[in-house]
Amino acid sequence: MANNEIMTINMGPQHPSTHGVLRMVIELDGETILKIDPDVGYLHRGVEKLSEHRTYHQTLPLTDRLDYLAPMSNNLGYMLAVEKLLDIDVPERAQTIRIIMTELTRLQSHLVWLACHALDIGAMTVFIYAFREREAIMETYELISGARMTSNFFRAGGLSQDVPAEFEKKVRDFMAEMPGFIDTYEGLLTGNPIWRKRTIGNGVISAEDATDIGITGPALRGSGVNFDLRRDIPYAGYENYTFEVPVGTECDTFDRYKVRLIEMRESCKIVTQAMDRLKPGPVLSDEPQVCYPPKDSVYNSIEGLIHHFKIASEGYAVPEGEVYMGIEAPKGELGFYLVSDGSSKPYRMRVRPPSFINLQAIEKMAKGAMLADLVAIIGTLDIVLGEIDR
Amino acid sequence: MADTNRAVEKLQGKFEASILEVKQDRGDWIVTVRKEDIIAILAFLKQECKFDMLTDVTAIDYLGKAADRFMMVYQLTSVLFKDRLRVKAPVAEAECVIASATQVYSSANWLEREVFDLFGIRFDKHPDLRRILMTPDWVGHPLRKDYPLQGPGREPYKGRLS
Repeated sequence: MANNEIMTINMGPQHPSTHGVLRMVIELDGETILKIDPDVGYLHRGVEKLSEHRTYHQTLPLTDRLDYLAPMSNNLGYMLAVEKLLDIDVPERAQTIRIIMTELTRLQSHLVWLACHALDIGAMTVFIYAFREREAIMETYELISGARMTSNFFRAGGLSQDVPAEFEKKVRDFMAEMPGFIDTYEGLLTGNPIWRKRTIGNGVISAEDATDIGITGPALRGSGVNFDLRRDIPYAGYENYTFEVPVGTECDTFDRYKVRLIEMRESCKIVTQAMDRLKPGPVLSDEPQVCYPPKDSVYNSIEGLIHHFKIASEGYAVPEGEVYMGIEAPKGELGFYLVSDGSSKPYRMRVRPPSFINLQAIEKMAKGAMLADLVAIIGTLDIVLGEIDR
Repeated sequence: MADTNRAVEKLQGKFEASILEVKQDRGDWIVTVRKEDIIAILAFLKQECKFDMLTDVTAIDYLGKAADRFMMVYQLTSVLFKDRLRVKAPVAEAECVIASATQVYSSANWLEREVFDLFGIRFDKHPDLRRILMTPDWVGHPLRKDYPLQGPGREPYKGRLS
Protein backbone atom coordinates (compact mmCIF):
# COMPACT_ATOMS: atom_id res chain seq x y z
CA MET A 1 0.00 0.00 0.00
CA ALA A 2 1.31 3.42 -0.89
CA ASN A 3 2.18 5.41 2.20
CA ASN A 4 0.07 8.42 1.24
CA GLU A 5 -3.17 6.49 1.02
CA ILE A 6 -6.10 7.65 3.14
CA MET A 7 -8.36 5.07 4.70
CA THR A 8 -12.03 5.63 5.58
CA ILE A 9 -13.32 3.48 8.41
CA ASN A 10 -16.65 3.11 10.09
CA MET A 11 -17.03 3.05 13.89
CA GLY A 12 -20.35 2.15 15.42
CA PRO A 13 -23.32 2.31 15.74
CA GLN A 14 -22.77 -0.90 17.70
CA HIS A 15 -19.49 -0.28 19.42
CA PRO A 16 -18.75 -0.56 23.15
CA SER A 17 -17.03 2.79 23.48
CA THR A 18 -19.55 4.95 21.64
CA HIS A 19 -21.82 4.98 24.71
CA GLY A 20 -24.90 4.03 22.78
CA VAL A 21 -25.69 4.05 19.11
CA LEU A 22 -23.31 6.66 17.75
CA ARG A 23 -21.79 6.02 14.36
CA MET A 24 -18.73 7.81 13.07
CA VAL A 25 -17.15 7.82 9.64
CA ILE A 26 -13.46 8.48 10.14
CA GLU A 27 -10.82 9.34 7.57
CA LEU A 28 -7.44 8.09 8.67
CA ASP A 29 -3.90 8.68 7.54
CA GLY A 30 -2.17 5.79 9.23
CA GLU A 31 -3.49 6.17 12.78
CA THR A 32 -4.02 9.93 12.61
CA ILE A 33 -7.56 11.21 12.25
CA LEU A 34 -7.96 13.61 9.33
CA LYS A 35 -11.70 14.05 9.38
CA ILE A 36 -14.54 12.73 11.44
CA ASP A 37 -18.22 12.75 10.58
CA PRO A 38 -20.53 11.69 13.42
CA ASP A 39 -23.82 10.16 12.33
CA VAL A 40 -26.60 10.44 14.91
CA GLY A 41 -30.31 9.75 14.93
CA TYR A 42 -30.44 5.99 15.46
CA LEU A 43 -32.47 6.50 18.64
CA HIS A 44 -34.80 9.22 17.31
CA ARG A 45 -38.23 8.73 18.83
CA GLY A 46 -39.75 12.08 17.97
CA VAL A 47 -40.23 13.29 21.54
CA GLU A 48 -40.88 16.87 20.38
CA LYS A 49 -43.54 15.75 17.89
CA LEU A 50 -45.15 13.38 20.40
CA SER A 51 -45.42 16.08 23.02
CA GLU A 52 -47.57 18.21 20.72
CA HIS A 53 -50.21 15.49 20.91
CA ARG A 54 -50.09 14.97 24.68
CA THR A 55 -51.09 17.08 27.64
CA TYR A 56 -48.40 18.80 29.67
CA HIS A 57 -48.73 16.10 32.30
CA GLN A 58 -48.50 13.26 29.79
CA THR A 59 -45.34 14.74 28.32
CA LEU A 60 -43.47 14.41 31.61
CA PRO A 61 -42.67 10.67 31.29
CA LEU A 62 -41.19 11.31 27.84
CA THR A 63 -38.59 13.57 29.43
CA ASP A 64 -37.30 10.71 31.63
CA ARG A 65 -36.22 8.99 28.46
CA LEU A 66 -34.09 11.82 27.08
CA ASP A 67 -31.00 11.62 29.23
CA TYR A 68 -31.81 8.27 30.81
CA LEU A 69 -28.78 8.52 33.07
CA ALA A 70 -30.19 11.64 34.72
CA PRO A 71 -34.00 11.32 34.63
CA MET A 72 -34.75 13.66 37.51
CA SER A 73 -32.76 16.50 35.97
CA ASN A 74 -34.91 16.20 32.86
CA ASN A 75 -38.05 16.15 34.98
CA LEU A 76 -36.89 19.26 36.79
CA GLY A 77 -36.07 21.21 33.62
CA TYR A 78 -39.41 20.40 32.05
CA MET A 79 -41.44 21.04 35.20
CA LEU A 80 -39.71 24.38 35.79
CA ALA A 81 -40.60 25.44 32.25
CA VAL A 82 -44.24 24.46 32.76
CA GLU A 83 -44.32 26.20 36.15
CA LYS A 84 -42.85 29.31 34.58
CA LEU A 85 -45.61 29.24 31.97
CA LEU A 86 -48.29 28.70 34.61
CA ASP A 87 -46.65 31.14 37.02
CA ILE A 88 -47.09 28.92 40.09
CA ASP A 89 -44.87 28.45 43.11
CA VAL A 90 -43.54 25.29 44.68
CA PRO A 91 -43.67 24.63 48.46
CA GLU A 92 -40.36 24.73 50.29
CA ARG A 93 -40.20 21.05 51.15
CA ALA A 94 -40.76 20.11 47.52
CA GLN A 95 -38.03 22.56 46.44
CA THR A 96 -35.59 21.01 48.90
CA ILE A 97 -36.36 17.44 47.85
CA ARG A 98 -35.99 18.47 44.21
CA ILE A 99 -32.54 19.84 44.92
CA ILE A 100 -31.51 16.73 46.86
CA MET A 101 -32.70 14.49 44.06
CA THR A 102 -31.19 16.47 41.19
CA GLU A 103 -27.83 16.62 42.95
CA LEU A 104 -27.97 12.87 43.60
CA THR A 105 -28.78 12.57 39.91
CA ARG A 106 -25.70 14.60 39.06
CA LEU A 107 -23.63 12.23 41.21
CA GLN A 108 -25.21 9.26 39.50
CA SER A 109 -24.62 10.64 36.02
CA HIS A 110 -21.01 11.51 36.83
CA LEU A 111 -20.50 8.03 38.30
CA VAL A 112 -21.61 6.42 35.06
CA TRP A 113 -19.39 8.83 33.15
CA LEU A 114 -16.40 8.01 35.35
CA ALA A 115 -17.05 4.29 35.18
CA CYS A 116 -17.37 4.15 31.39
CA HIS A 117 -14.64 6.67 30.70
CA ALA A 118 -12.19 4.74 32.87
CA LEU A 119 -13.26 1.43 31.39
CA ASP A 120 -12.75 2.75 27.87
CA ILE A 121 -9.20 3.73 28.73
CA GLY A 122 -8.54 0.41 30.43
CA ALA A 123 -9.13 0.96 34.15
CA MET A 124 -11.62 -1.76 35.00
CA THR A 125 -11.67 -1.46 38.80
CA VAL A 126 -13.13 2.04 38.83
CA PHE A 127 -16.05 0.77 36.78
CA ILE A 128 -17.00 -1.78 39.43
CA TYR A 129 -16.64 0.71 42.30
CA ALA A 130 -18.57 3.50 40.59
CA PHE A 131 -21.45 1.21 39.70
CA ARG A 132 -21.61 0.04 43.32
CA GLU A 133 -22.20 3.64 44.47
CA ARG A 134 -24.60 4.30 41.63
CA GLU A 135 -26.65 1.41 42.90
CA ALA A 136 -27.23 3.24 46.20
CA ILE A 137 -28.64 6.21 44.28
CA MET A 138 -30.80 3.93 42.15
CA GLU A 139 -32.18 2.46 45.36
CA THR A 140 -33.04 5.95 46.57
CA TYR A 141 -34.84 6.52 43.27
CA GLU A 142 -36.74 3.31 43.76
CA LEU A 143 -37.57 4.19 47.33
CA ILE A 144 -39.23 7.48 46.49
CA SER A 145 -40.63 6.98 42.98
CA GLY A 146 -40.93 3.21 42.60
CA ALA A 147 -38.72 3.18 39.51
CA ARG A 148 -34.97 2.91 39.24
CA MET A 149 -34.57 5.01 36.12
CA THR A 150 -37.77 6.40 34.67
CA SER A 151 -38.68 8.26 37.82
CA ASN A 152 -41.51 10.53 36.60
CA PHE A 153 -41.51 11.97 40.10
CA PHE A 154 -41.88 15.76 39.86
CA ARG A 155 -45.19 17.46 39.16
CA ALA A 156 -46.18 20.96 38.18
CA GLY A 157 -46.33 22.61 41.60
CA GLY A 158 -44.23 20.10 43.53
CA LEU A 159 -43.81 16.34 43.75
CA SER A 160 -46.07 13.40 43.00
CA GLN A 161 -45.89 12.32 46.66
CA ASP A 162 -43.92 12.89 49.82
CA VAL A 163 -40.78 10.85 50.43
CA PRO A 164 -41.02 7.89 52.85
CA ALA A 165 -39.56 8.05 56.37
CA GLU A 166 -36.48 5.95 55.47
CA PHE A 167 -35.41 8.50 52.85
CA GLU A 168 -33.57 10.80 55.23
CA LYS A 169 -31.48 8.06 56.83
CA LYS A 170 -30.66 6.50 53.47
CA VAL A 171 -29.42 9.75 51.95
CA ARG A 172 -27.51 10.76 55.08
CA ASP A 173 -25.78 7.37 55.30
CA PHE A 174 -24.83 7.59 51.66
CA MET A 175 -23.54 11.15 52.05
CA ALA A 176 -21.37 10.08 54.98
CA GLU A 177 -19.63 7.53 52.75
CA MET A 178 -19.55 9.21 49.36
CA PRO A 179 -16.58 11.62 49.86
CA GLY A 180 -14.47 8.60 50.88
CA PHE A 181 -15.49 6.80 47.71
CA ILE A 182 -14.47 9.81 45.62
CA ASP A 183 -11.06 9.66 47.37
CA THR A 184 -10.83 6.02 46.25
CA TYR A 185 -11.48 6.93 42.59
CA GLU A 186 -8.92 9.69 42.76
CA GLY A 187 -6.44 7.33 44.38
CA LEU A 188 -6.94 4.89 41.54
CA LEU A 189 -6.74 7.40 38.70
CA THR A 190 -5.22 10.83 39.37
CA GLY A 191 -1.66 9.64 39.92
CA ASN A 192 -1.94 6.61 37.68
CA PRO A 193 0.72 6.98 34.93
CA ILE A 194 -1.39 5.23 32.28
CA TRP A 195 -4.39 7.42 33.07
CA ARG A 196 -2.26 10.57 32.95
CA LYS A 197 -0.65 9.58 29.66
CA ARG A 198 -4.01 8.90 28.07
CA THR A 199 -5.72 12.08 29.31
CA ILE A 200 -3.19 14.91 29.67
CA GLY A 201 -3.03 16.90 26.44
CA ASN A 202 -5.85 14.87 24.91
CA GLY A 203 -8.87 16.56 23.31
CA VAL A 204 -7.75 20.13 23.89
CA ILE A 205 -10.31 22.82 23.10
CA SER A 206 -9.78 26.49 23.92
CA ALA A 207 -12.24 28.59 25.90
CA GLU A 208 -13.13 30.69 22.82
CA ASP A 209 -13.78 27.64 20.66
CA ALA A 210 -15.78 25.94 23.41
CA THR A 211 -18.04 28.98 23.82
CA ASP A 212 -18.42 29.38 20.06
CA ILE A 213 -19.41 25.74 19.57
CA GLY A 214 -21.88 26.13 22.44
CA ILE A 215 -20.35 23.55 24.77
CA THR A 216 -21.89 23.75 28.25
CA GLY A 217 -21.52 22.05 31.58
CA PRO A 218 -18.34 20.44 32.93
CA ALA A 219 -16.80 20.31 29.43
CA LEU A 220 -17.04 24.12 29.20
CA ARG A 221 -15.65 24.63 32.69
CA GLY A 222 -12.81 22.23 31.94
CA SER A 223 -11.78 24.75 29.27
CA GLY A 224 -11.59 27.49 31.89
CA VAL A 225 -14.93 29.25 31.35
CA ASN A 226 -16.40 29.97 34.75
CA PHE A 227 -20.09 29.55 34.00
CA ASP A 228 -22.56 27.46 35.94
CA LEU A 229 -26.29 28.09 35.57
CA ARG A 230 -26.97 27.02 39.16
CA ARG A 231 -24.96 30.00 40.34
CA ASP A 232 -25.20 32.44 37.41
CA ILE A 233 -28.83 32.18 36.32
CA PRO A 234 -30.25 30.44 39.42
CA TYR A 235 -33.42 28.37 39.38
CA ALA A 236 -35.30 26.10 41.80
CA GLY A 237 -33.79 27.84 44.83
CA TYR A 238 -30.10 27.20 44.09
CA GLU A 239 -29.32 30.79 45.08
CA ASN A 240 -29.72 29.72 48.74
CA TYR A 241 -26.92 27.16 48.65
CA THR A 242 -23.19 27.67 48.84
CA PHE A 243 -20.95 25.67 46.56
CA GLU A 244 -17.80 26.13 44.52
CA VAL A 245 -17.69 26.04 40.73
CA PRO A 246 -14.49 24.28 39.64
CA VAL A 247 -12.74 25.36 36.44
CA GLY A 248 -9.85 23.82 34.53
CA THR A 249 -6.81 25.52 33.03
CA GLU A 250 -5.35 23.12 30.47
CA CYS A 251 -8.60 22.52 28.50
CA ASP A 252 -7.79 18.81 28.15
CA THR A 253 -9.39 15.53 29.14
CA PHE A 254 -7.51 15.40 32.43
CA ASP A 255 -8.85 18.82 33.46
CA ARG A 256 -12.39 17.85 32.57
CA TYR A 257 -11.89 14.75 34.73
CA LYS A 258 -10.74 16.90 37.65
CA VAL A 259 -13.63 19.34 37.20
CA ARG A 260 -16.19 16.53 37.30
CA LEU A 261 -14.67 14.96 40.40
CA ILE A 262 -14.74 18.29 42.25
CA GLU A 263 -18.33 18.75 41.08
CA MET A 264 -19.20 15.44 42.69
CA ARG A 265 -17.77 16.65 45.99
CA GLU A 266 -19.71 19.92 45.66
CA SER A 267 -22.90 17.98 44.94
CA CYS A 268 -22.37 16.10 48.20
CA LYS A 269 -22.10 19.45 49.98
CA ILE A 270 -25.32 20.72 48.41
CA VAL A 271 -27.18 17.53 49.35
CA THR A 272 -25.95 17.82 52.96
CA GLN A 273 -27.04 21.47 53.14
CA ALA A 274 -30.43 20.57 51.72
CA MET A 275 -30.87 17.66 54.14
CA ASP A 276 -30.34 20.09 57.03
CA ARG A 277 -33.12 22.31 55.67
CA LEU A 278 -35.63 19.54 55.13
CA LYS A 279 -38.67 20.49 57.24
CA PRO A 280 -42.06 18.81 57.28
CA GLY A 281 -44.68 20.49 55.10
CA PRO A 282 -46.73 20.12 51.95
CA VAL A 283 -45.02 18.83 48.79
CA LEU A 284 -47.58 20.05 46.28
CA SER A 285 -48.84 23.60 45.97
CA ASP A 286 -52.48 24.45 46.50
CA GLU A 287 -53.46 25.01 42.86
CA PRO A 288 -56.53 22.87 42.21
CA GLN A 289 -56.58 23.84 38.53
CA VAL A 290 -53.20 22.22 37.99
CA CYS A 291 -52.36 19.83 40.83
CA TYR A 292 -53.80 16.40 41.43
CA PRO A 293 -55.86 16.03 44.66
CA PRO A 294 -54.46 13.90 47.50
CA LYS A 295 -54.97 10.16 46.96
CA ASP A 296 -57.07 9.92 50.12
CA SER A 297 -59.61 12.31 48.64
CA VAL A 298 -59.60 10.47 45.27
CA TYR A 299 -60.41 7.14 46.90
CA ASN A 300 -62.94 8.39 49.44
CA SER A 301 -64.89 11.27 47.89
CA ILE A 302 -66.73 11.78 44.64
CA GLU A 303 -65.43 15.36 44.29
CA GLY A 304 -61.85 14.15 44.61
CA LEU A 305 -62.43 11.42 42.04
CA ILE A 306 -63.93 13.86 39.52
CA HIS A 307 -61.11 16.31 40.16
CA HIS A 308 -58.52 13.60 39.53
CA PHE A 309 -60.34 12.41 36.41
CA LYS A 310 -60.58 15.93 34.96
CA ILE A 311 -56.86 16.56 35.28
CA ALA A 312 -55.93 13.09 34.05
CA SER A 313 -58.18 13.18 30.99
CA GLU A 314 -58.30 16.83 29.92
CA GLY A 315 -55.15 18.10 31.50
CA TYR A 316 -54.82 21.70 32.61
CA ALA A 317 -55.03 24.70 30.32
CA VAL A 318 -51.86 26.74 30.21
CA PRO A 319 -52.04 30.48 29.47
CA GLU A 320 -50.74 31.59 26.09
CA GLY A 321 -47.09 32.49 25.88
CA GLU A 322 -43.62 31.13 25.44
CA VAL A 323 -40.79 30.44 27.88
CA TYR A 324 -37.28 29.10 27.78
CA MET A 325 -35.94 27.41 30.88
CA GLY A 326 -32.34 26.24 30.97
CA ILE A 327 -30.96 24.21 33.86
CA GLU A 328 -27.51 22.93 34.69
CA ALA A 329 -28.04 19.24 34.00
CA PRO A 330 -25.10 16.89 34.69
CA LYS A 331 -24.03 17.04 31.05
CA GLY A 332 -24.54 20.74 30.43
CA GLU A 333 -27.33 23.17 29.79
CA LEU A 334 -30.60 21.34 29.35
CA GLY A 335 -33.17 23.76 27.98
CA PHE A 336 -36.89 23.44 27.49
CA TYR A 337 -38.55 25.94 25.18
CA LEU A 338 -42.31 25.74 25.47
CA VAL A 339 -44.85 27.57 23.34
CA SER A 340 -48.42 27.49 24.58
CA ASP A 341 -51.50 28.43 22.58
CA GLY A 342 -53.72 28.41 25.67
CA SER A 343 -54.78 24.77 25.39
CA SER A 344 -53.77 21.82 27.56
CA LYS A 345 -51.17 20.57 25.07
CA PRO A 346 -47.90 22.30 24.18
CA TYR A 347 -48.07 23.96 20.77
CA ARG A 348 -44.34 23.39 20.47
CA MET A 349 -41.89 21.82 22.87
CA ARG A 350 -38.24 22.12 22.06
CA VAL A 351 -35.58 20.27 24.03
CA ARG A 352 -32.16 21.86 23.95
CA PRO A 353 -30.04 18.78 24.56
CA PRO A 354 -26.58 19.43 26.00
CA SER A 355 -25.01 16.25 24.56
CA PHE A 356 -26.10 17.06 21.00
CA ILE A 357 -24.36 20.41 21.01
CA ASN A 358 -21.34 19.18 22.97
CA LEU A 359 -20.85 16.36 20.47
CA GLN A 360 -20.36 18.93 17.68
CA ALA A 361 -17.00 19.69 19.23
CA ILE A 362 -15.71 16.21 18.41
CA GLU A 363 -14.83 17.27 14.86
CA LYS A 364 -12.47 19.90 16.23
CA MET A 365 -11.17 17.92 19.21
CA ALA A 366 -10.37 14.72 17.35
CA LYS A 367 -8.75 16.27 14.28
CA GLY A 368 -5.09 15.29 14.25
CA ALA A 369 -5.47 12.91 17.19
CA MET A 370 -4.72 9.19 17.13
CA LEU A 371 -7.58 6.78 16.59
CA ALA A 372 -7.15 5.31 20.08
CA ASP A 373 -7.49 8.78 21.61
CA LEU A 374 -10.89 9.19 20.00
CA VAL A 375 -12.26 6.78 22.58
CA ALA A 376 -11.02 9.05 25.37
CA ILE A 377 -12.56 12.08 23.63
CA ILE A 378 -15.97 10.46 23.36
CA GLY A 379 -15.71 9.54 27.03
CA THR A 380 -14.73 13.01 28.18
CA LEU A 381 -17.59 14.67 26.29
CA ASP A 382 -19.98 12.55 28.37
CA ILE A 383 -22.67 12.08 25.77
CA VAL A 384 -25.86 10.10 26.03
CA LEU A 385 -27.59 9.18 22.82
CA GLY A 386 -31.11 9.19 24.20
CA GLU A 387 -30.76 12.93 24.51
CA ILE A 388 -28.91 13.54 21.26
CA ASP A 389 -31.47 11.72 19.14
CA ARG A 390 -34.59 12.45 21.20
CA MET B 1 -38.55 42.42 36.40
CA ALA B 2 -36.61 45.19 34.76
CA ASP B 3 -38.45 47.39 32.27
CA THR B 4 -35.48 47.80 30.01
CA ASN B 5 -32.87 45.44 28.69
CA ARG B 6 -29.27 46.40 27.97
CA ALA B 7 -29.22 44.73 24.55
CA VAL B 8 -32.73 45.57 23.37
CA GLU B 9 -32.09 49.31 23.74
CA LYS B 10 -28.90 49.10 21.71
CA LEU B 11 -30.65 47.04 19.06
CA GLN B 12 -33.50 49.52 18.79
CA GLY B 13 -31.00 52.30 18.29
CA LYS B 14 -29.11 50.54 15.52
CA PHE B 15 -31.68 48.39 13.72
CA GLU B 16 -34.90 50.31 14.18
CA ALA B 17 -36.20 49.51 10.69
CA SER B 18 -35.74 45.77 10.96
CA ILE B 19 -37.29 45.19 14.38
CA LEU B 20 -40.86 43.95 14.07
CA GLU B 21 -41.70 43.47 17.73
CA VAL B 22 -40.14 43.70 21.18
CA LYS B 23 -41.83 42.06 24.13
CA GLN B 24 -41.25 40.57 27.52
CA ASP B 25 -42.96 37.30 28.39
CA ARG B 26 -42.65 36.00 31.95
CA GLY B 27 -39.30 37.68 32.32
CA ASP B 28 -37.83 36.57 28.98
CA TRP B 29 -36.94 39.29 26.48
CA ILE B 30 -38.01 38.50 22.93
CA VAL B 31 -37.08 40.51 19.83
CA THR B 32 -38.69 39.66 16.50
CA VAL B 33 -36.76 40.89 13.48
CA ARG B 34 -36.96 40.72 9.70
CA LYS B 35 -35.15 37.65 8.40
CA GLU B 36 -33.11 39.65 5.87
CA ASP B 37 -31.17 41.29 8.71
CA ILE B 38 -30.74 38.27 10.96
CA ILE B 39 -27.00 37.87 10.37
CA ALA B 40 -26.26 41.55 10.92
CA ILE B 41 -28.28 41.48 14.13
CA LEU B 42 -26.72 38.28 15.48
CA ALA B 43 -23.25 39.59 14.67
CA PHE B 44 -24.05 42.89 16.41
CA LEU B 45 -25.36 41.06 19.48
CA LYS B 46 -22.26 38.89 19.59
CA GLN B 47 -19.74 41.68 19.16
CA GLU B 48 -21.35 44.69 20.82
CA CYS B 49 -23.58 43.08 23.43
CA LYS B 50 -21.32 40.12 24.32
CA PHE B 51 -23.88 37.41 23.69
CA ASP B 52 -21.04 35.00 23.10
CA MET B 53 -23.04 31.77 23.06
CA LEU B 54 -25.78 30.74 20.69
CA THR B 55 -27.53 28.32 23.02
CA ASP B 56 -30.24 27.06 20.73
CA VAL B 57 -31.71 27.38 17.27
CA THR B 58 -35.14 26.04 16.53
CA ALA B 59 -38.32 26.82 14.62
CA ILE B 60 -42.06 26.90 15.18
CA ASP B 61 -44.64 25.96 12.55
CA TYR B 62 -47.63 28.34 12.70
CA LEU B 63 -49.57 26.58 9.93
CA GLY B 64 -52.78 28.54 9.30
CA LYS B 65 -52.20 30.77 12.33
CA ALA B 66 -49.86 33.43 11.02
CA ALA B 67 -49.13 35.14 7.72
CA ASP B 68 -45.63 33.71 7.63
CA ARG B 69 -45.76 30.01 8.34
CA PHE B 70 -42.47 29.48 10.16
CA MET B 71 -40.77 31.34 12.96
CA MET B 72 -37.05 30.86 13.53
CA VAL B 73 -36.02 31.09 17.18
CA TYR B 74 -32.49 31.84 18.41
CA GLN B 75 -31.67 31.67 22.12
CA LEU B 76 -28.63 33.72 23.03
CA THR B 77 -26.71 33.58 26.30
CA SER B 78 -24.07 35.94 27.58
CA VAL B 79 -21.46 34.18 29.69
CA LEU B 80 -20.10 37.57 30.76
CA PHE B 81 -23.35 39.31 31.75
CA LYS B 82 -25.15 36.09 32.71
CA ASP B 83 -28.35 36.90 30.89
CA ARG B 84 -30.33 35.70 27.92
CA LEU B 85 -32.10 37.10 24.88
CA ARG B 86 -34.38 35.45 22.37
CA VAL B 87 -34.33 36.58 18.75
CA LYS B 88 -37.04 35.44 16.37
CA ALA B 89 -37.47 35.87 12.65
CA PRO B 90 -40.51 34.92 10.54
CA VAL B 91 -39.93 32.81 7.42
CA ALA B 92 -42.62 32.47 4.75
CA GLU B 93 -43.41 29.08 3.27
CA ALA B 94 -43.14 30.40 -0.29
CA GLU B 95 -39.55 31.48 0.28
CA CYS B 96 -38.46 28.94 2.85
CA VAL B 97 -34.89 30.05 3.31
CA ILE B 98 -32.92 32.14 5.80
CA ALA B 99 -29.23 33.02 6.05
CA SER B 100 -27.18 30.57 8.07
CA ALA B 101 -26.02 31.72 11.50
CA THR B 102 -22.91 29.54 11.15
CA GLN B 103 -21.18 32.65 9.82
CA VAL B 104 -21.46 34.11 13.32
CA TYR B 105 -21.67 31.13 15.69
CA SER B 106 -20.24 27.65 15.01
CA SER B 107 -22.85 26.08 17.28
CA ALA B 108 -25.50 26.81 14.65
CA ASN B 109 -24.11 24.06 12.40
CA TRP B 110 -25.89 21.00 13.77
CA LEU B 111 -28.79 23.00 15.15
CA GLU B 112 -29.62 24.35 11.70
CA ARG B 113 -29.19 20.91 10.18
CA GLU B 114 -31.81 19.72 12.64
CA VAL B 115 -34.21 22.54 11.69
CA PHE B 116 -33.64 21.75 8.02
CA ASP B 117 -34.29 18.07 8.69
CA LEU B 118 -37.42 18.44 10.78
CA PHE B 119 -38.98 21.63 9.34
CA GLY B 120 -37.57 21.87 5.84
CA ILE B 121 -36.29 25.42 6.21
CA ARG B 122 -33.17 25.93 4.08
CA PHE B 123 -30.13 27.81 5.32
CA ASP B 124 -28.25 29.93 2.86
CA LYS B 125 -24.44 29.53 2.99
CA HIS B 126 -24.61 26.64 5.46
CA PRO B 127 -21.39 24.61 5.11
CA ASP B 128 -22.98 21.16 5.37
CA LEU B 129 -26.76 21.18 4.99
CA ARG B 130 -27.75 17.51 5.31
CA ARG B 131 -30.39 15.71 7.32
CA ILE B 132 -29.15 14.81 10.78
CA LEU B 133 -31.74 12.89 12.81
CA MET B 134 -33.76 11.28 10.03
CA THR B 135 -32.17 9.04 7.40
CA PRO B 136 -30.77 10.74 4.28
CA ASP B 137 -33.50 9.30 2.04
CA TRP B 138 -36.40 10.39 4.27
CA VAL B 139 -39.28 12.17 2.55
CA GLY B 140 -41.03 14.99 4.42
CA HIS B 141 -40.27 17.04 7.50
CA PRO B 142 -41.72 15.47 10.66
CA LEU B 143 -42.10 18.52 12.90
CA ARG B 144 -44.32 20.33 10.41
CA LYS B 145 -47.87 20.56 11.67
CA ASP B 146 -49.27 18.93 8.51
CA TYR B 147 -47.05 15.86 8.93
CA PRO B 148 -49.12 13.09 10.54
CA LEU B 149 -48.02 11.84 13.94
CA GLN B 150 -48.11 8.21 12.77
CA GLY B 151 -46.02 8.99 9.73
CA PRO B 152 -47.28 9.23 6.15
CA GLY B 153 -49.47 6.55 4.61
CA ARG B 154 -50.71 5.02 7.85
CA GLU B 155 -54.09 4.98 9.51
CA PRO B 156 -54.26 7.43 12.41
CA TYR B 157 -54.31 5.88 15.85
CA LYS B 158 -57.88 5.61 17.13
CA GLY B 159 -57.17 4.57 20.68
CA ARG B 160 -57.28 1.09 22.18
CA LEU B 161 -60.07 -0.98 20.69
CA SER B 162 -60.32 -3.57 23.47
